[in-house]
Amino acid sequence: MNNALTALIAICQRELLRFFGQRARMLAALVRPLIWLLVFAAGFRAALGLSITPPYETYITYESYIVPGLCGMILLFNGMQSSLSLVMDREMGTMRLLLTAPVPRWWLLSCKLIAGAVISVLQAYVFLAVCAMYGITFAPVSYILALPALFLTALMLGALGIALSSTVKQLENFAGVMNFVIFPMFFLSSALYPLWKMAEASALLRDICLVNPFTHGVEMIRFALYQKVDWINWAVTLVALAVFLGLALWGYNPAKRLISRKV
Amino acid sequence: MGLSVEHISHDWGKKRALDDVSFHVAYGEFCALLGPNGAGKSTLFALLTGLVSPRQGRIEIAGSDIATAPRAALSRMGVVFQQQTLDLDLTVWRNMLYFAGLHGIVGKAARVASQEALERLGMVERAKERARDLNGGHRRRLEIARALMHQPEVLLLDEPTVGLDAASRKSLTDHVHSLAQDTKLSVLWATHLTDEVYAGDRLVVLHRGAVLENGYAQETSSDLTDRFLSLTGEAA
Repeated sequence: MNNALTALIAICQRELLRFFGQRARMLAALVRPLIWLLVFAAGFRAALGLSITPPYETYITYESYIVPGLCGMILLFNGMQSSLSLVMDREMGTMRLLLTAPVPRWWLLSCKLIAGAVISVLQAYVFLAVCAMYGITFAPVSYILALPALFLTALMLGALGIALSSTVKQLENFAGVMNFVIFPMFFLSSALYPLWKMAEASALLRDICLVNPFTHGVEMIRFALYQKVDWINWAVTLVALAVFLGLALWGYNPAKRLISRKV
Repeated sequence: MGLSVEHISHDWGKKRALDDVSFHVAYGEFCALLGPNGAGKSTLFALLTGLVSPRQGRIEIAGSDIATAPRAALSRMGVVFQQQTLDLDLTVWRNMLYFAGLHGIVGKAARVASQEALERLGMVERAKERARDLNGGHRRRLEIARALMHQPEVLLLDEPTVGLDAASRKSLTDHVHSLAQDTKLSVLWATHLTDEVYAGDRLVVLHRGAVLENGYAQETSSDLTDRFLSLTGEAA
């Protein structure tokens, strides 16, 4: 087995061990979307009427509509949290261990990204299992078909998080940056309302939602859960992943904080 | 030659941190890099470990240039940084396996290498403890065990005894001295404490980024302290 692969396995194992050791993190990741599903959706259900638009072929409940968006919410929050762990590693010194491993730095960064995406996807599946217990189910094959969509969206959002973390000099600043990204990205998307509903309120809002790559990630998951594919969503998400990853690799100088404090 | 540093200079902005630093450490040699705070030791370590690329000069680790063949150089090097690099949430054993994976050692080979490295440093009975629960001395031992797991030819330690009590400090210093002798490892031990330098050690005195002395320590610790103070005092 070559070094690149063993490094990937080692980093994924470490992130998984850390994740399973932090039960509160799993709980927090589930509570957020569950509040939306059980509390907000119950209220919005009466207020919002949903027409039959792809991928739907019949009327669905609002709870069913927001499940893909809430999966996206999990991926979004965890993507940002994974990049926060990168900043933490830099602050705590464990980043030095990574950087002195005989593996290219771009690959180490990619390993961190993949490990974060694996954890995101695991959380999304736990959420889907809870949804099933609540009565929101999909065809068994949909759960398998959703995997690539969930994983690609998780990678795209994780890459965005790493790109953002490369601009942050201090851990304290990162929380602020996350808030400025997470909330607009989530609310200005199709996660909570369909785009035609947005257009009824404002065409500009709809256009903003359309250029938001998170919208395309959520739609990709939504279509996959109904065993359908919209290639535009895949293309936009892939392009966004390439751009964010490029920015992350270009902007990320992991030694920056390790060394600057010595100056 | 285990470690070869030739004409290394480095600037942080307009401030010169290292000025034409050269020295060598042969296999089996313990080299004490002695310098007061701010002498440039940590900058030199950043260059030696490839965290920063040297702009002037050349560094070779077991024959591999850190600038042109970083992966070969890093695979032959073990490092213990001044700042701890353990994952405190993982057990001792998991910290070892994580490092093994980063260095391409997996499966049975990783388990055997971890076991042997922990045995060498007397840490086997602590394998199941979380790194967070270890005291400072044991954390350092674990870091040294980890740094030796992939059987490096060069071991770099940046002020490894910081924060340790006198007994732990002595035990660690003794242990690394005997490691160099027994395993023919090249050791570079950065410190500002003269009692960690033993007679017969190679001694490089660094002050304000320049090498003031490069030879062998012959004196007792108290004589060395006087000479170190006079050297760095004169240079200041």
